[in-house]
Amino acid sequence: MMAKVIGLSTMSDTVAPMLSVFPSRALVDENFKVVVENLPPGSPVTLHSLHQCEDKHYWEAYGHYISNHRGTVSVTDDLSFGGTYTGKEAMGLLWSMRPVPGSREGLRLRKRNVCSPLLVNISVYRGHVVEGFREQAPLASSLTERWYMAPGGPCFYLQVHYLKNYFLVFFSFCPFPGLLDVWGGGGGLVEYRSALLGSHGYASLALEYFAPGELKSSDLEFNYFETAFNIVKDHPQVMPDKVGIFGLSLGASLTLLLAAESSIIKVSDILFVLCVCAIKIGPLTHIGLFYKPTLKSFFLVISFKVGRINCPVMVVNSHDDQNMATVESSEDMAQMMRAAGNLHLLTRLYYPDAGHLIEPPYTPHFRATKFVKDTKEKVILLWGGQTKPHSDAQEDSWKKILAFLEQNL
Amino acid sequence: MDRKQCCVKLSVQPSRGLMDEKFIILVQNVFPGFQLTLHALYKCDDGHSWEAFAHYTASAIGTVNVSEDPSLGGTYSGVEPMGLLWSLRPVPGSKPWLRMRKMNVQTPMVVTISVYPGHQTEGFLDQVSLAGVVVERWYMAPGVRRIPITEAGLTATLFLPPGPGPFPGLLDLWGGGGKLVEYRSALLASHGFASLALDYLTPKVTIETGKMVDNQYFERAYKVLEQHPQILSSRIAMIGLSFGTCITFKMAVYSQVAKLRCIVCISGSHVQPIDGSVEQIMSFFNKNAEKTRFNNENQVIWHDLLLPIPTDPSLKVDVGQLQCPLLLVVGEDDQNWPAHESAMDIKEMMERAGNSHLLTLLSYPNAGHLIEPPFTPFAKASAFRDISSRQMLVALWGGETAAHSRAQEDAWRKTLVFLRANLYAGANTDATSFSNL
Repeated sequence: MMAKVIGLSTMSDTVAPMLSVFPSRALVDENFKVVVENLPPGSPVTLHSLHQCEDKHYWEAYGHYISNHRGTVSVTDDLSFGGTYTGKEAMGLLWSMRPVPGSREGLRLRKRNVCSPLLVNISVYRGHVVEGFREQAPLASSLTERWYMAPGGPCFYLQVHYLKNYFLVFFSFCPFPGLLDVWGGGGGLVEYRSALLGSHGYASLALEYFAPGELKSSDLEFNYFETAFNIVKDHPQVMPDKVGIFGLSLGASLTLLLAAESSIIKVSDILFVLCVCAIKIGPLTHIGLFYKPTLKSFFLVISFKVGRINCPVMVVNSHDDQNMATVESSEDMAQMMRAAGNLHLLTRLYYPDAGHLIEPPYTPHFRATKFVKDTKEKVILLWGGQTKPHSDAQEDSWKKILAFLEQNL
Repeated sequence: MDRKQCCVKLSVQPSRGLMDEKFIILVQNVFPGFQLTLHALYKCDDGHSWEAFAHYTASAIGTVNVSEDPSLGGTYSGVEPMGLLWSLRPVPGSKPWLRMRKMNVQTPMVVTISVYPGHQTEGFLDQVSLAGVVVERWYMAPGVRRIPITEAGLTATLFLPPGPGPFPGLLDLWGGGGKLVEYRSALLASHGFASLALDYLTPKVTIETGKMVDNQYFERAYKVLEQHPQILSSRIAMIGLSFGTCITFKMAVYSQVAKLRCIVCISGSHVQPIDGSVEQIMSFFNKNAEKTRFNNENQVIWHDLLLPIPTDPSLKVDVGQLQCPLLLVVGEDDQNWPAHESAMDIKEMMERAGNSHLLTLLSYPNAGHLIEPPFTPFAKASAFRDISSRQMLVALWGGETAAHSRAQEDAWRKTLVFLRANLYAGANTDATSFSNL
């Protein structure tokens, strides 16, 4: 005899379906399994993910499923029939996330505080729902944590005279291979890739070299990066003969520049160079419209001699990169290296239909987002790419990048 | 520092897990046949340090996989994927007779796993390891809500699983040591059961008035579960360990208020004056105090207090009247309670009454009294403050490290299967959803 409200159950004796996410706490680049049990057999349900980012915007993804004869749905094994992703996609609930309807344009999901996890709420709804998730009650939900930093990682910022902010990740045990992690034209201090690399056992230094919007006015000189490289190399917990440089976008161009042209960083010091979406700064026609070489050193170098590079280089490109002419550049680079006789050091990874921002896996894809130009003007930059190929590219390239790092370090 | 050795790679997957989840420890990049020691270090909330270690020899390809390779010695031996946790013991020089219990479940247990060269047995903390990783072990899954309960004069904590519910409920009772022990409830909530950890020996009301709680205290706790909007009143169970089993048996058979769907009784007994309150049950035990024994190390053995199992029906709960499934878990080397003997008597009573189909008995050889959630470090004996006499003694719990740890792991898995089968609708009682355990 029920004399009280039991909330959401349809019958007095029915328990809610069970939704489980395993592991419930994982690194950002790890897989998870999402399973729903205790559903009626053959019932249509929607699996939904929700995340509120640090800027307070909401991001969501969803997939339409049908339970089997035992009333179970397994995202790893079953097919999604619709939603923000389709087919058999174990991690689709993460990489296909996009801003909820009604959000501002041009948002990008980037975590600034890497010492706390990304919290993602995974829920299951009755039926094949396409909208209005927040107005309905789910059948069950679960919270999962996605971490950039492995346990034991330090959470501190270092400031050194001459260098702006930088963030060095390491765990206090025996020496590590080191990495200098250089980001792109957006500026600021971006830590999360370094945190993730730190979680994989590399002492990784993420460097801020200009604030957002200040690229043109930055009076940074070449030896800023050389100093940073040496800070990593000379750190007591870093193995000095095992240091590499990792760059994305503008950072990748800088990476190649450092490898090819630096007189302070001897070529034998760099163990490898990894560039994601780089352009070799050649004649000005090669440079994308937004990237006038405003760093002083760039003005001095019209084209740099990648033929001089004496260490393994991995270049990651995508064909639908709308931001920089990366494919043409890497072709050109290959030619120069062939002529110089060091082509065997070059590994190139191409991904069709991926955009410019090839980031660590399972992060959402953005075809175009807001960007602060040098003139402090806010524009929408088109990065390119289609969601699924882009996510596949992120997943595949990350695996290959980690393998490349392991092989060389 | 020998640079060659520093290429040693150590990984523990997952690095963040629930307390009852397994991990895989892998060492790579050492020379084939290299002798090494794996070491675990844990500093508990009270500041005591615990350690475990094991000796391995690297394979022909220069790896050690703790899930597949045997330990050749240390605090455990043989193939033991989780040995570095359950064989943790206080570091040399610690206070004696410690028992590891995490009272703050909102933070994880942080364990440092390291690799040292050679087969070492001591002095780990004075050296620099070849490699190390930090691992977190959590009692609470993300999204589990912890709600202190003080209404109706109770001292309790409710743990709710994440999500809207409704969830089955569990009343969780520990034993004669008292205090509000939350970790089993937190873990059960992480598995989908709304679980209420109840302090019934040292609650606020007893501390303040000096009086022990009456039987209505437990019924009020049951009502908290029954009336909660996110808990299904028709699916409430009870789990008790040691003295907690006395209350569990009593409530299941005699309470007019509690309608329990199933019960789990660990390391306990049905022997008690059947109409007695907590206080009366305690004095019944104390009347037999002369049966207390001591071993060579002056550790207390309370095993005989309730023996022989009485034939007088007023001195044991009539389990023949039980109407819900009972999971009975006992360690055959229990030195603290006659759990095994009681289990035999319960079985016989239920067979005679015709309800033995409700009984599942898990009886573990060489396991002791403290059958806790899996991978909890084993303590054969530890300091214990007797509630009535207020005396600090060393109680002998019994059991042997490896067998007891195996029993903990097996009993927990079977407890979860039992609870799910009885509290969750649907025919799924197979083990596929427990592949993580």
